[in-house]
Amino acid sequence: MMTRNFQNFLRALGKPLVLFIIRFGELVQFLVKTLYHCFAPPFYFKNFGRQLLDMGFYSLPVVGLTTIFAGMVIALQSYSGFARFGAESAVASVVFISVTRELAPVLSALMVAGRIGAAMAAEIGTMRVTEQIDALQTLSTNPFKYLVAPRVWSGLIVLPILVFLGDIIGIFGGYVVGVYKLGFNPANYINSTLENMEALDIISGLVKASVFGFIIALMGCYNGYRSKGGAQGVGEATTNAVVSASILILIFNYILTEVFFSK
Amino acid sequence: MEKEIKISIRNLQKSFGKKQVLRGVDLDIRAGESLVVIGGSGTGKSVLIKCIQGLLTPDEGSIKIDGEETIGKNARHLRDLNARMGMLFQGGALFDSLSVWENVAFSLLENKKISRDKAKLEAVRVLRQVGLASDVADLSPSELSGGMQKRVGLARAVITRPEIILFDEPTTGLDPIMADVINDLIVESAKGLGATTLTITHDMASARKIADKVAMLYEGKIIWQGTVKEMDKTDNPYVCQFINGCAQGPIKMEF
Repeated sequence: MMTRNFQNFLRALGKPLVLFIIRFGELVQFLVKTLYHCFAPPFYFKNFGRQLLDMGFYSLPVVGLTTIFAGMVIALQSYSGFARFGAESAVASVVFISVTRELAPVLSALMVAGRIGAAMAAEIGTMRVTEQIDALQTLSTNPFKYLVAPRVWSGLIVLPILVFLGDIIGIFGGYVVGVYKLGFNPANYINSTLENMEALDIISGLVKASVFGFIIALMGCYNGYRSKGGAQGVGEATTNAVVSASILILIFNYILTEVFFSK
Repeated sequence: MEKEIKISIRNLQKSFGKKQVLRGVDLDIRAGESLVVIGGSGTGKSVLIKCIQGLLTPDEGSIKIDGEETIGKNARHLRDLNARMGMLFQGGALFDSLSVWENVAFSLLENKKISRDKAKLEAVRVLRQVGLASDVADLSPSELSGGMQKRVGLARAVITRPEIILFDEPTTGLDPIMADVINDLIVESAKGLGATTLTITHDMASARKIADKVAMLYEGKIIWQGTVKEMDKTDNPYVCQFINGCAQGPIKMEF
């Protein structure tokens, strides 16, 4: 009896585990192929350009809104929190550090994952179930080079640009709240921001953004590429792309912070 | 005099998980010949065509084209092989992010690096061959009817003048008249190019029209082959049941 129960227990544990290992293996395989085709010609610059536009330019409003409110709220929060220690003057630097290191990269990446990761998975997934990916191959075109590589390159390049703009907008949001709501002197606020500014804060945020962009594109393409079974399959792929990208972004955010700032 | 063998398939096997789909297919297609593979749904017709095209890797067996083995070759070899083949997909599989003419001229634009103006002229010329007016060229594939999409798919398959053309259920989903038009176009373009063609279908009207030879796929094997005339005279019970469309007979439908 005992062994039977134990066997059932192992079986219940084993199936998801085996499935997870298989999935993980598939993803690694996909990753290796993607990396290879990102550097091997031919390159499809037109597709790359389209992705830059979709992922970058059209994401600007979303990223701008996200970061300006993030900057504003962090000014408000830190002011009321720091009042307890009489350290209100630190607000400007706190806004700068939190926006550049954390808020702009992470929040922008999560928004872009929802916007672009989903769109990628849906588009590539539909191409898969309607045999368009097979058709590419029969026309002597490698789908990895034609579809995946342009998206991954665009993710790597576009996200840091978006986040840099997000940094500026977020800090501006903090400035607006600081000056017009909390009554800081504009010159003092700006001075205090500039004095405590460090390049590493910005650079670490941009490196994070690049990694996040890669993750978004990779998960979007991977989930779309392996989708099957019509509309339902594509829907599933879209959900998986967003969820897995978001989780990986949060995990890598921690890992990269360790790398940059733990001493 | 019989022509040399263009495609030679031996002992082709392919399984998905525990389900064995192809159980040792042997098939020869001679140069310039039109072979139609008939068989019920789920007998592995699509898998067969995808193995030839290199979209699937078979578990075992050999596929030789012009006497040269194609299984297990690298990506570049596969690309060269694909360049000599054209394929018409069941659903058309047109790229919906591109216009009709960009679809047709895809190989010219991406692989042969022909200028867009020249490629467009060529695309319009081939579109006219399949009976589409030049004003269709700038439309998007989603604006076309099913029959028109099939025509565009055919144009895309033949624009590079391939030696081998594969047709995956070319008439499925079309009304009988449009199906016949497509059949005529297939015969016309294949003869015009002198191409070797392999068609898979379960539409017997289409098979009779297109085929020089017919082969029947059943439970993952070729169980019968011959000309259309021989097909009508054969006493093979499987073939008789299939071409006459009877529910009674040796073929049992699996649900």
